[in-house]
Amino acid sequence: MKAYTQHTGIVMPLDRANVDTDAIIPKQFLKSIKRSGFGPNLFDEWRYLDQGEPGMDNRKRPLNPDFVLNDARYQGASILLARENFGCGSSREHAPWALEDYGFHTIIASSFADIFYNNCFKNGILPIVLEEKIIENLFDLSAAEQALQLTIDLATQSIKGASILLDFEVEAHRKHNLMNGLDDIGLTLQCAEDIRQYEMRRKNAAPWLFRSV
Amino acid sequence: MAAKTLYDKLWEQHLVREDEHGAGLLYIDRHLIHEVTSPQAFEGLRIAGRKLWRTETNLATPDHNVPTVDRHLGIADPVSRLQVETLAKNCADFSITEFDMSDARQGIVHVVGPEEGATLPGMTVVCGDSHTSTHGAFGALAFGIGTSEVEHVMATQCLIQKKSRSMLVHVDGKAGEGVTAKDIVLAIIGKMGTAGGTGYVIEFAGEAIRNLSMEGRMTLCNMTIEAGARAGIVAVDEKTLDYVKGRPFAPPENLWSQAVSAWSDLHSDEGAVFDKIIHLDATQIEPQVTWGTSPEMVVGIRDRLPEAGSYSDPVKENGAINAFKYMGLDQGVKVTDILLDKVFIGSCTNSRIEDLRAAAAVIKGRKKSPSVKLALVVPGSGLVKQQAEEEGLDKIFTAAGFEWREPGCSMCLAMNADRLQAGERCASTSNRNFEGRQGPGGRTHLVSPAMAAAAAIAGHFVDIREF
Ligand code: SF4
Repeated sequence: MKAYTQHTGIVMPLDRANVDTDAIIPKQFLKSIKRSGFGPNLFDEWRYLDQGEPGMDNRKRPLNPDFVLNDARYQGASILLARENFGCGSSREHAPWALEDYGFHTIIASSFADIFYNNCFKNGILPIVLEEKIIENLFDLSAAEQALQLTIDLATQSIKGASILLDFEVEAHRKHNLMNGLDDIGLTLQCAEDIRQYEMRRKNAAPWLFRSV
Repeated sequence: MAAKTLYDKLWEQHLVREDEHGAGLLYIDRHLIHEVTSPQAFEGLRIAGRKLWRTETNLATPDHNVPTVDRHLGIADPVSRLQVETLAKNCADFSITEFDMSDARQGIVHVVGPEEGATLPGMTVVCGDSHTSTHGAFGALAFGIGTSEVEHVMATQCLIQKKSRSMLVHVDGKAGEGVTAKDIVLAIIGKMGTAGGTGYVIEFAGEAIRNLSMEGRMTLCNMTIEAGARAGIVAVDEKTLDYVKGRPFAPPENLWSQAVSAWSDLHSDEGAVFDKIIHLDATQIEPQVTWGTSPEMVVGIRDRLPEAGSYSDPVKENGAINAFKYMGLDQGVKVTDILLDKVFIGSCTNSRIEDLRAAAAVIKGRKKSPSVKLALVVPGSGLVKQQAEEEGLDKIFTAAGFEWREPGCSMCLAMNADRLQAGERCASTSNRNFEGRQGPGGRTHLVSPAMAAAAAIAGHFVDIREF
């Protein structure tokens, strides 16, 4: 996994609450057996005027001019600003894959759905929770003519902009793994002995969990 | 010793170790697999040259992409077919038991697990699917995970987790006639909001919950994720044991009494402390109908839709206005005046035998309204289908003009050929009414099986208690 330390980019404001993973990447694109290539279909139903199917040439599809992703100001944005309960619904990791593939490395919202929040960290995306009031303020700032640019520093847990200085919370173990780009599986396998010992104990207490059918 | 919640007990029983940052390594007893969220995990294992930690804890079945008609012809869509074939190949390569499309035990993974006894009290159960919360009905800690975590479980039999907060949802009193588990859970979500459970594991308790069958408890826990919770659980009782006993993966005779005595502790202790407690009065719950594009946008069958002006929160008001527009509904209309184009009875929420019985009881001797273009019944598994056919339910459905299909997710999310056309309105027993969920532009109203069946007969929503 790529490490996340510091990141500077433009903020794209997506002014909706409860953005679900079906909206982030619609189900027809979940048929892929790959991990990459989902970016062009990020927010597909809001982003294009026609109906998207796998295998289409997305560059030829009509864009929805009213959707923020197509606003000239926010081209190249790498920080997504959203409202409460972002990423709710299905557990599909295709959602962070699509966000990452498009180029978003940071998502700021007043709250995230659990599974989505987890999935972000596994894919080098930093989800940041900020208070409702601050989010409101960021929406105001990012709606200005000149797009808002922010620098996120994970080590100091700070967000800097022309007129902004904020800090944010992140759990220590997640921060550590993200900053070092650590592979969770490799880390867990270092505890293989603990797992084996647990299994021995458990086998005595609950032998029915260890029979093969 | 301090009194513990059921969640505390499940957590402690599965904790392998805690690291210096306070993250727990949690042991996983059962891993269920379907075709959509697993291919990239298998690929990850191959690339890293890793093996499965414990093969026999994994159980797989394809469900999302499978056709519900003409199975013998295979899957027409080449992309769907590749995904289902990839699952078969991965399971063969890694020696995982798979119930493939030709197996009578194939079905929606959350119906198959309990039906096989692969979901047991006291287990940790995970799957790359948010509705894994279903299995909490058995006093198991069950939750959905992403694909990276699927790979993590396959390689290590563990997950890195932070303990959630605990919530008790106490539903007191008896639910009235015609009020099902689906109505109870929709009412809970309506009260809490779709983010109300975020960060929590919810235990459901109270008279109305104890009175639910195992099927009903599965419906309840299934939709816990729609309240944003990590998991939902119900304590083990006699009903749990009766359901589990004798199933293929259940403890055999010689281990049964040992298992039962271990499971007898799977409830919250007297005086256990929860971070949050919510009370609901079951006698006040009416049959529910969602009207919008989030499960929290729900009203009772006798109600009118809300007026946009009635919201105090501008974000919610905005959401409601978007929803009215998407759903093609006016503010303040009566729920019973909403006309339907299609009806879907199925999904991991409501496709078990009890659900099909409830729907069949409503339509017996009646006919689908001519204004309803399609009424689809999709059993949750091949075994549910068999059982229903033995009871003659399929005949009741087809005689009423409903279609009787092969098991799978079907029109719950429209990854196969079953879907709504843009603008079509559907009464559905599934769990999500998001924009485009049942097909781009499709409009979904979530209801119980009996309410869906009655709506198919009437052509509009009706109060099942007066039907
Ligand atoms: S029935 Fe619907 S909600 Fe359940 S697993 Fe299938 S797609 Fe998901």
